[in-house]
Amino acid sequence: MSSIQGLLVTVRTAKQGSAMVSSKHGELYSSEIKILRIHPDDLSAMGAKDGQAAMLTSQHGEVRITCKGADVPRGLFFLPLGPVANVLFSVTSTEESGVPNWKRLKVSLAPCDERPEPRNSGQGAD
Amino acid sequence: MTVHKNVVCTFCGCLCDDIEVEVEDNTIKSVKKACAIGKNKIMHAITEPPTPSVNGTKTSIDAAVTEAARILSKARNPLIYGLSSTTSEAQRELVEIAEITRGNLDNCSSYCHGPGVLARQQTGLVSCSLGEIKNRADLVIYWGCNPVESHMRHLSRYSLQPKGLYTPEGRKGRKVIAIDIRPTPTTKRADVFLQVSPGHTFEIASALRALIQGEPLEFPEGQDTVGDVPIDSWRKVADMIKGCKYGVLHFGLGVTQCRNSDINVEQVARLVQDANRHTRFYGVAMRGHGNVNGANQVMTWLTGYPLCVNFSKGYPRHNPGEYSTLPMLARKDIDAALIVATDPGAHLPKDAVDFLKTIPTIHLDPHRNLTTPWSSVVIPVAPVGVAATGTFYRMDNVPLRLKKLVDSPFPSDEEVLKTMKEKIVYAANS
Repeated sequence: MSSIQGLLVTVRTAKQGSAMVSSKHGELYSSEIKILRIHPDDLSAMGAKDGQAAMLTSQHGEVRITCKGADVPRGLFFLPLGPVANVLFSVTSTEESGVPNWKRLKVSLAPCDERPEPRNSGQGAD
Repeated sequence: MTVHKNVVCTFCGCLCDDIEVEVEDNTIKSVKKACAIGKNKIMHAITEPPTPSVNGTKTSIDAAVTEAARILSKARNPLIYGLSSTTSEAQRELVEIAEITRGNLDNCSSYCHGPGVLARQQTGLVSCSLGEIKNRADLVIYWGCNPVESHMRHLSRYSLQPKGLYTPEGRKGRKVIAIDIRPTPTTKRADVFLQVSPGHTFEIASALRALIQGEPLEFPEGQDTVGDVPIDSWRKVADMIKGCKYGVLHFGLGVTQCRNSDINVEQVARLVQDANRHTRFYGVAMRGHGNVNGANQVMTWLTGYPLCVNFSKGYPRHNPGEYSTLPMLARKDIDAALIVATDPGAHLPKDAVDFLKTIPTIHLDPHRNLTTPWSSVVIPVAPVGVAATGTFYRMDNVPLRLKKLVDSPFPSDEEVLKTMKEKIVYAANS
C-alpha cells in the first residue's frame, strides 16, 4: 500500500444536504461527510479497495475518510462540504481573496488500517 | 388539520413557493411537492432547538440577549457575520448593530458566491427571472454547478422540463450544455457535456468570447484544446449560443471558487454580454443559501456594499480580502463575534473555528448545531418560513414573503436583534 497525490474538491451531495437539515448530530450526516469519491484506478494505485479507510492529508491537517470508487477523473478527489473536509483547509491560505481553495487543494491519500476512528468528524462537537 | 398551500421553502436560492404543508395541533404532519432536502428542512424545522445559555449555563432568553448586548458594547472590533439564512428584516437589524458597534459586517457569500458578486459590480450581469427561463429558454447551460443535487427542483420547475408560454415542448424544445470537471447527475441530463480540467474557467470563457466575436483562434500543432477539451467542441458551443433564441448560462461554485475567483466571473459575465450581440442571452448565479442574495441586497441598500464592510471609522468601508470574514479570523484581530443563521463549526476551516472558540461568541440559530457547544451566548430563535415570517430574495433577485405555519416558543431573529440593538444603544447612552 502506498500514498498518492491529488487535488481535493469539496462538493455538495444530495445525501449531505438532506442529512444536514435533519440533524448535524445524526449518523447519516457524519457518515456522508467522510465519504471520498475517487477513481477506481487511483484506489488500485494505492493498493486500497472500495470502502477502505484512508488518511487524507493537506499541509494544514489530516482526516480519516472512507474511499468510494466513483466515475470521477483520476487525480481528483471529491469530499462533501462539512467539518471533516474543513480540517484540511486554513484561513491563512485564501490567496488574498478571502476564499479558501475549496476546489483545488493539494492533498495526499494513503490507506490506513481499520483501527478505531479518531475524533475527526466534528470540529465543533468537542 | 390545516393545509397551508404555496409555502416558500427556505433552503436554497430556488425558494420553491408551491409547497404544501399539513399542520395539526401546532405540529407539521406532512410536506408535499418539496425536494428531499426541502422536505427534511421543513419537517425538522422545530426539532433540536438549542437551550438559551451564557458560558454553558442555562438562562433565560432575555438574560442571554442582555449578555450579548454587553459583549458587543464592550468589544473594540466585533464581527457580525452569517445573515444568509435569515430574513431581510433581520439582516437590516444586523447592519444597524454593526454600525452602532463600529464593527465588521460580512455574510456567507464572502467565501462562496462573493467573487461573483464582486464581478457583477465590475461588469454587471445581463440576467433574467427564473420565470422567463421557464417560458422562453431554448438553450440552457450549467457551468460548474450540479443543481440535481444542490438545487433539486431547479430543472423541473424552471430550467429544463417545464412547459412554458414559448417552450410548449418542455425538455424536447431545449438544448442543454453542461460544463464540469466530472460527470454528475446534472451532466447526465445534458445534450452536450464538456468535461474540463479544473482551474481553466477564465481560459474557456475567453476562448468562447473570441469564438462568439468571430476572432480567429490559432493553436500550435497538437495543442488545440482549451481546458483539455478540443477547440472544435467549443466552436460548436459558440455556434449553439449564437444560434439560440433565448439562452441562459447558470454558473455555480465551480466557477466562483475556481482559481482566480472574481475575474472568472467577470469573464463569464462579458461572455454573456457578447452573446447578446447575436441573440437574447442571460446569466444566472446559482445561489446556495435561501437568502444569501438578500444579504447582498440589504447590505448594498444600507451600506453601499454587498459584503465585507467595516464601520470602525463610523461610516462603511469595503475591502474584500481585508474585511472578509476569513482573513479577519486569520489575523485574529476580532475580539467578539455575533453569528446569525449560519454554523461556522460545520462550514469554516478548522483554524477559523479554533480562533472563534477563544473569543466571546454569540450565536442565534433555530437548531443545536456544531457551533452551539462552544458559543459563549446561545440564543434559540424561531425558524424562518415555518415559525416566523419575513422576506427572502430568490437567486434571480425576486423577493418572496415567507409564511408562518406554526407557533414557536422562541422569538424570531428580527425580534431578538431589535431588542439587542436597543440594549446596545441604551448602554452607549447611559
